[in-house]
Amino acid sequence: MKKAPVNKIIPFSNVDGPGNRTSIFFQGCTFNCLFCHNPETIRLCEGCGACVDKCPAGALARDAEGKIAWASEKCVQCDTCIRVCPHSASPKVKWMTVEEVLAQVKRSAPYIGGITTSGGECTLYNEFLIELFTEVRKLGKTCLIDSNGSFDFEADPRVLSVCEGVMLDVKAVEPGWNDRLISYPRDRVLKNLDYLLKAGKLFEVRTVIFPGRDRENEDTVRYVSRRIGGSCSYKIIRYRPFGVREQYQKVLGEFETEKDYAGHFAAIARTEGAKKAFVV
Amino acid sequence: MSDALNIIKDPTLTYRQELIALARLGESTDDTVRYSDAYYAAKKKGALCDLNEGVMPYRPRYICPDYELLFQKGCKFLELAPPKDLLEAVNVLEIFYCHVPSITTYPVYVGDLDKLLEPFVIREDREYAKKVLRLFLRSIDRVQTDSFVHADMGPEDTVTGRILLELTEEMQLAVPNLTLRYDPDRTSDDFALACVNCMLKTAKPSFANHLMFVKEWGERYAIASCYNGLSIGGGGFTLPRMRLYECSLDAKSPEDFIENVLPRYIDLQLEYMDKRVKFIVEESTFFKTNFLVTEGFVKQENFTGMFGVVGLAECCNHLLGIEDKKKGFGMNEQATALGLQIMDAIEKRVAAHEAPYCDAYGHRYRLHAQVGIDSDGMDDSPGTRIPIGVEPTMLEQLEVNEKFHPYFPTGTGDIFKFEETYLKTPDAILPIIKGSLRSGLRYFSGYLENNDVVRVTGYLVKKSEIEKLRAKKQSLNNVTVFGMGAQDGGHALDRRVQHHEESARQ
Ligand code: SF4
Ligand code: SF4
Repeated sequence: MKKAPVNKIIPFSNVDGPGNRTSIFFQGCTFNCLFCHNPETIRLCEGCGACVDKCPAGALARDAEGKIAWASEKCVQCDTCIRVCPHSASPKVKWMTVEEVLAQVKRSAPYIGGITTSGGECTLYNEFLIELFTEVRKLGKTCLIDSNGSFDFEADPRVLSVCEGVMLDVKAVEPGWNDRLISYPRDRVLKNLDYLLKAGKLFEVRTVIFPGRDRENEDTVRYVSRRIGGSCSYKIIRYRPFGVREQYQKVLGEFETEKDYAGHFAAIARTEGAKKAFVV
Repeated sequence: MSDALNIIKDPTLTYRQELIALARLGESTDDTVRYSDAYYAAKKKGALCDLNEGVMPYRPRYICPDYELLFQKGCKFLELAPPKDLLEAVNVLEIFYCHVPSITTYPVYVGDLDKLLEPFVIREDREYAKKVLRLFLRSIDRVQTDSFVHADMGPEDTVTGRILLELTEEMQLAVPNLTLRYDPDRTSDDFALACVNCMLKTAKPSFANHLMFVKEWGERYAIASCYNGLSIGGGGFTLPRMRLYECSLDAKSPEDFIENVLPRYIDLQLEYMDKRVKFIVEESTFFKTNFLVTEGFVKQENFTGMFGVVGLAECCNHLLGIEDKKKGFGMNEQATALGLQIMDAIEKRVAAHEAPYCDAYGHRYRLHAQVGIDSDGMDDSPGTRIPIGVEPTMLEQLEVNEKFHPYFPTGTGDIFKFEETYLKTPDAILPIIKGSLRSGLRYFSGYLENNDVVRVTGYLVKKSEIEKLRAKKQSLNNVTVFGMGAQDGGHALDRRVQHHEESARQ
């Protein structure tokens, strides 16, 4: 049976796409963004055991196979394990089957319009997504992918045929800034931007605006806006230091991006044709 | 100091509040209506509670006049002709309201305002109509100064309904309470969304499960007071309540509770109700001489007794020896299952009882999940609600509620507090409301964190008015003092907030 590592499932979310949605967060990411505000989702647990003794609730132990087992009923959600993990991972991850995730979706089904898969990077588990979406659609619910754009959708478009679309992060376009920010070459993301647009599967684009990075912010916003025009919404996200690793807060800023500053870029987006640009 | 002196020396009471308190004191000097010793013992123990209805009922607790009839034939006693235009219509209502008694002395149901006023509103220029309605709402807020004053609207979208929503938002008043009868086939998404928007900004309207109420009451039902289902042209004689936690203290085991303890207390509460109902109908003059009755605005046969319960959560937790509320009723299948068993037992026994009068309901009383009073503290959660502060996720809370709401035709409800991002996403709330009503929820209330007008247990208060009382100043609204008590004793404003957790990423 196909399994994927699930960091958490939020039954009701109002910020992961339109209406009320169940959000499923997968563990593991292809990027390592400086500004990631839940860096514990980046890697899979390596079983080093550093967190086990630190857990104040005795919720962590090594199981018979030597893997780290998390007893969710004992856990008090203090997040100590996440703080002490040297590998940007979390022991609080459940390997779940499609049936198990589906059972949770069915519970929320009366109250939601659909689901959104996120992460980490959910497209790491492409086959899992295809099966999950196929089943969720049978419930009459919509499926959206929240992606960093590292998956080659053109080479393997199967998942697109079973979902409504992709909410794509375009974090940077200027190569030097991009490489520093996300540790992944930008070309795949930009290719996906064009491909998803052409395929009619680009649901939304998001860009984070950093305090004081006038040129970098502007480059990204102009590039995206010229491409997408009014075809989908463009979410201009204010950088918030909450959850960002300390050493990177020093690089990016210890304060959140001002509303007006972000609004300035939303205005630029609109003059470039992105009619549905808005700030959150 | 005597009790009367205490009242007249209390600097936080307005003149009318003093008058009401003194009347209550006067009433309490009589002992004509007597109950069995066992009843008094149960009351003394706190297992049964009469909600300070007063020892001499001189009117039914809740009265829901037929305002449509008033508009058709006018009122002889008040010398009011049927209104011919909007100004006359609101004037007729304003006058009539002052003559509708209730337990609070204020009218607990002021009508289906949209349906009543729509024919007049659409004949006027919209701006003019809005101005008239603004003054009308202001009059209700300043004259009927009690948050249990309740107006209804829907299920259909109307010009009047829209104006009422606009004014509710612009005026930010705690009175009247407001309910939308939600019917998935008749209420458009657009109108329902406008209601959600208004709810986020003002804590009202609440959403009533129209199909469920219609099945029990027919089309002509009112939502009165906090969330009470009653018949239009009728009402509720009386509403006492079993405090289930205190009842459970007598039991040796869950079985002992259901087989022995519960029946005993149910019967005592029924004894209380029977005697009161008979007294109201047979001894007091209300059903003999009051113009509401003699002119047909209410009919005695349309009244029923409301059998209240409170504190089911604490009762179940106690019976199962659960000390940690976080692991108890609402989060614990065994406790929830016991709750259902207890409710089945209560429902069955009350349904087997032949009540005096209550003709329209086959001589039966109807169950009510009482919303709690300020003095309950943390011992008895409202009705069948999950205790405040330990609520599980909203999904789980809804699932539990949906199991219990069908038991209570005379009212129950739950309240959900939303975090601020929801202000921008009312479309994320509407599917929750629709889904829950479809799944058996009876009544949904919500409000936004950090609003001034907030919903306490069923009624609305302004946080700024509570602050006035704390500063020993007067508050015009009679209910503000209950809000303060519920906040202090029951932590009623500390309910779990529906967050977006960390779901948004950057
Ligand atoms: S969050 Fe981590 S450290 Fe804290 S109780 Fe849970 S498992 Fe243990
Ligand atoms: S979660 Fe992190 S610290 Fe704990 S065992 Fe896994 S890799 Fe090590």
